[in-house]
Amino acid sequence: MTERSYVEVKDLRREFDVSKPWLNRVLEGGEKQFLKAVDGVSFSIAKGETFALVGESGSGKSTVARMVVGLLPPTNGEVVIDGVSMSSKAALAERQRLRRRIQMIFQDPYASLNPRWQVDRIVAEPIRAFHLIEREKEIEARVGELLTLVGLHPADGKKYPHEFSGGQRQRVAIARALASNAEFIVCDEPTSALDVSVQAQILNLMRDLQDRLGLTYLLISHNLAVVRHMATRIGVMYLGRIVEISNGRELFAQPKHPYTRMLLDAVPDVGMTGRQRIPVSGEIPNPISPPSGCTFNPRCPFANERCRAEIPPLLGGVACHAIHEGRLAVDAAA
Amino acid sequence: MAQPVLSVRDLRVEFVTRRGILKAIDGISFDIGKGEVLGVVGESGAGKSVTGSAVIGLIDPPGRIAGGEVLLSGMRIDNLPPEEMRRVRGKRIGMIFQDPLTSLNPLYRVSEQLVETIRTHTNLSASAARKRAIDLLAEVGIPAPERRIDSYPHEFSGGMRQRVVIALALCAEPELIIADEPTTALDVSVQAQIISLLKRLGREHGTAIMLVTHDMGVIAETADRVAVMYAGRIAEIGPVRDVVQNPLHPYAKGLMGAIPSLESETDRLVQIPGSMPRLSAIPPGCPFNPRCPYVFDRCRVERPEPIQHSEHRVACHLYDESSARSEAVA
Repeated sequence: MTERSYVEVKDLRREFDVSKPWLNRVLEGGEKQFLKAVDGVSFSIAKGETFALVGESGSGKSTVARMVVGLLPPTNGEVVIDGVSMSSKAALAERQRLRRRIQMIFQDPYASLNPRWQVDRIVAEPIRAFHLIEREKEIEARVGELLTLVGLHPADGKKYPHEFSGGQRQRVAIARALASNAEFIVCDEPTSALDVSVQAQILNLMRDLQDRLGLTYLLISHNLAVVRHMATRIGVMYLGRIVEISNGRELFAQPKHPYTRMLLDAVPDVGMTGRQRIPVSGEIPNPISPPSGCTFNPRCPFANERCRAEIPPLLGGVACHAIHEGRLAVDAAA
Repeated sequence: MAQPVLSVRDLRVEFVTRRGILKAIDGISFDIGKGEVLGVVGESGAGKSVTGSAVIGLIDPPGRIAGGEVLLSGMRIDNLPPEEMRRVRGKRIGMIFQDPLTSLNPLYRVSEQLVETIRTHTNLSASAARKRAIDLLAEVGIPAPERRIDSYPHEFSGGMRQRVVIALALCAEPELIIADEPTTALDVSVQAQIISLLKRLGREHGTAIMLVTHDMGVIAETADRVAVMYAGRIAEIGPVRDVVQNPLHPYAKGLMGAIPSLESETDRLVQIPGSMPRLSAIPPGCPFNPRCPYVFDRCRVERPEPIQHSEHRVACHLYDESSARSEAVA
């Protein structure tokens, strides 16, 4: 990339201890077990860009999102945002200043808003927490401004979350994310709990805000059509690793990795172009005991001995031995 | 069309609550022919699932069928006594629910659940029923069915569990299968497998399928005809290709434009302002009128009845010949 990246994720790893309790291990035997939810993920996001991570359930995309915002400490690796490492202990003051500029929007707008708080208090919380504005009158004015920005009425601030529909609640969540003048917003499945017509409203709002405020998004989604609509660059995840990373347009016109091709083939076709779908065989394996080598090898029609033994590195935007060796032509897709 | 497998006539379903009567389904009519897949699509609260439950007679109090008829191959089933309805259910109508984990009993092996269902509806012996169960599992694409049949539901993955549920629905070779969001809980790659399985079964057995989902993509892939529901009514019904590519009802138009597409790039998605009205506050006239860009006076007072317009039936005053506005959008 030519421009300086705003967010830099380097070799991020996260393991979860899924062992049985200590006493059971002693009595029944058995080793400690670890689930590698994220296994060496690296990417960078330029300022003002939307980077999307797609994948099926269990691919580790949400875990990456939580590590990027700092909700979950990584087992290994580093997240650097605007030149400041989020994991080093040294630059504490700087990290705290950075925190203000990073916000998150969650999937479930019913769970992410405190049901006992009025909306104006919810939206003002980041302002108060970071001491951005001290005078109550000014906070009130700012909250009204934020609610207008996301398409609600300033008077809505006096209502409780249960008085809003799902889409309106997601608007409140967006207003809260913007309250601290955030520049970088991590959106974890922001529309998957919403109906399509409401989803369209929220996606349009997110794009408008990006244009107006120059926001940078990390978008996590399982919906390829949403990702295509929103993202400038896309990373495809499978079992904790990024298997392909590419420009939005390129990924859909010319998918490289066999998994990406499979995923694109599997999407139901609303356009009814008569495209023949190739149903994929198999399902995502158990992440506690992932296959050796390339984790996609049991489902891959192009797998050979090397794929079963050796983890493919991410080269030229794709992690696949068959492509690197030239066994699988890149433009064969469609 | 020959006699339809399922024929729903002016069905109305109400829920009696403390705050008054809520009309969840307000006068819908449709037919499903042999081997046909009817997609029922709509957003949350449109009444799609209630329609499915009403057909199979699973509306629990305080809900009740307030009017209309449900005919299965010409036989009226909405007024059957519970005991007779129980025999129709499962034998003549199969049901597939959204969440495969809750529709299987976690304490029984898959074999026990399948054999029990088969023996309830047929007079096969235990061993013959088991053999049939294995055949069914093989048919829905479960590898090594003779070994897997003795597993518990939790030992299957989500997609495999949904296959078991489909096998369960097929036990008695029903005439009609009601599939309520069968793929919503599944990942796309598995979703594609289940869709092609449903399509194949419909084709091979001549089973009529009522596919209830909010996912337009699934409908476009699977259904022959589609009914778009809004606030307990059918806004538009017609052949799937026509409805998807050339929707007539303003709501259907908005709904199609709101779906981000994989093929084309658009800057903005079509946005329908507002959201679906609550059942307690359905506006008079056409329920869509407060959100409709083409609304005119008549929409606010008079409820539109379905009008035949080429191959579609659409409930919208814009397409009424007597209305002066009809050419404005068509």
